[in-house]
Amino acid sequence: MTAVTAPELTRGLLDGPGPSFAQHCAAHGPLPVVDLHTLVEEAGLAGRGGAGFPTAAKLRSVAAAAAATRKAPVVVANGSEGEPAAAKDATLLALVPHLVLDGLALVAAALGASAAYLAADEALLPGLATHLADRRDPVGVRLHPVAQVFLSGEESALCAALDGRPPLPRTKFPPVRERGVAGRPTLVLNVETLARLALVARGNDLAAAALLVTRRMEIAGTPWVDVVDVPLGSRIGDVLRLDDAQAVLIGGYAGTWVEASRAAGLRLDRSSLAPAGASLGAGVLAALPADRCGLRETAGVVGYLAAQSAGQCGPCLNGLPRIAAALDVLARPAPAPSGLLRDVERWSGLLPGRGACSHPDATVRLVASALRVFSEELARHGADRCSAHTGRPFLPVPGSG
Amino acid sequence: MTRLAVDPITCTGHGLCAELFPEGIALDEWGYPLLAAGELPPDLLRTARKVAAACPTRALRLRDDGRAG
Repeated sequence: MTAVTAPELTRGLLDGPGPSFAQHCAAHGPLPVVDLHTLVEEAGLAGRGGAGFPTAAKLRSVAAAAAATRKAPVVVANGSEGEPAAAKDATLLALVPHLVLDGLALVAAALGASAAYLAADEALLPGLATHLADRRDPVGVRLHPVAQVFLSGEESALCAALDGRPPLPRTKFPPVRERGVAGRPTLVLNVETLARLALVARGNDLAAAALLVTRRMEIAGTPWVDVVDVPLGSRIGDVLRLDDAQAVLIGGYAGTWVEASRAAGLRLDRSSLAPAGASLGAGVLAALPADRCGLRETAGVVGYLAAQSAGQCGPCLNGLPRIAAALDVLARPAPAPSGLLRDVERWSGLLPGRGACSHPDATVRLVASALRVFSEELARHGADRCSAHTGRPFLPVPGSG
Repeated sequence: MTRLAVDPITCTGHGLCAELFPEGIALDEWGYPLLAAGELPPDLLRTARKVAAACPTRALRLRDDGRAG
């Protein structure tokens, strides 16, 4: 395969001579003692797990909850990556595990934490255990395997798992920032956020102004997936090859479809993406090739998302499977029953804000973007036609082969 | 500022609330409550409290200042 390069791409965060502690120390030097609260505030770092919440505000609220309850907080490095289209967290943990562990040590020290966890896919844990053994962190880090399900990384679900309970989201009152693992104030940060913290603490201000992107595209019919470190504000057209793409899925399965021509000019930062109804999410950018059916792809993903509902909240439990089934019908090149589209729109309106977590909200947003961006395809299906030239799925859906 | 709030996990869709308090609660097509948005009018507060207390799963609450009680 030929390499895909664009001038604005760097591999900053992922650069490094190797994953060992000796290599890490040689590349980055020792972890300095810093005033983390001030540093994070000044760097303007926002979380890289999906929600994009300002890290400084999170730190502050956990510190405040710890002071108010006189309970030492817990810090958690979240490498769950339940998003099937994303690979950045696993890549980061494989290539630069000590930057993540440095970040975890920094927040543990800044908050006076009594316990620290690193949650990641089971397959990564033996390697991480070896890396941990080389370190002398004041707060020992416990490794925790996460189930490969979509919601495993949702912070309240993760805290439940760390407490030995089923990994299910709970309502946001009280938030885990106030009562999380073992009932203690808990800071959950994505592993990329922590790695960036470790670089910011060493004076690398640019580290906060970039993000890891999992790119999915096809080049001359060959699937291409990789992870790159991209400056915030990069044009999507400079990050992805879009010559043969019809649309871009921005953010991942909790994200939004945008037409390729429009996506090309969008910049990768919150304020530029917001007008297009998109957000950085889990850092996934997937360029849908022209020879695929966007409705078929979305139906596959939404079927998976419906099955991944925790099944705790009535509207999500009832609404998502109905929407998924309807989308499956709309994805076929045949006239759909009249009123089906209206049903989807009505069900979609019944879900937002009515679940314990944002899973239903994000799923109906994805569906709405698909129906908008692939509206011509929808009309084509009504005339028994479809623009797909291959049945080969583009977006990965676990369990569908 | 007092408003209705439902814990979506605890709620199992008995529907009693909508029956007792149609002024503030309707049911969606699956039997789960749709709450009137915004502040509860003062003259409905007493009823709302009674209805919340009658919720079989204690999922319905009255919420003050933007936080769940």
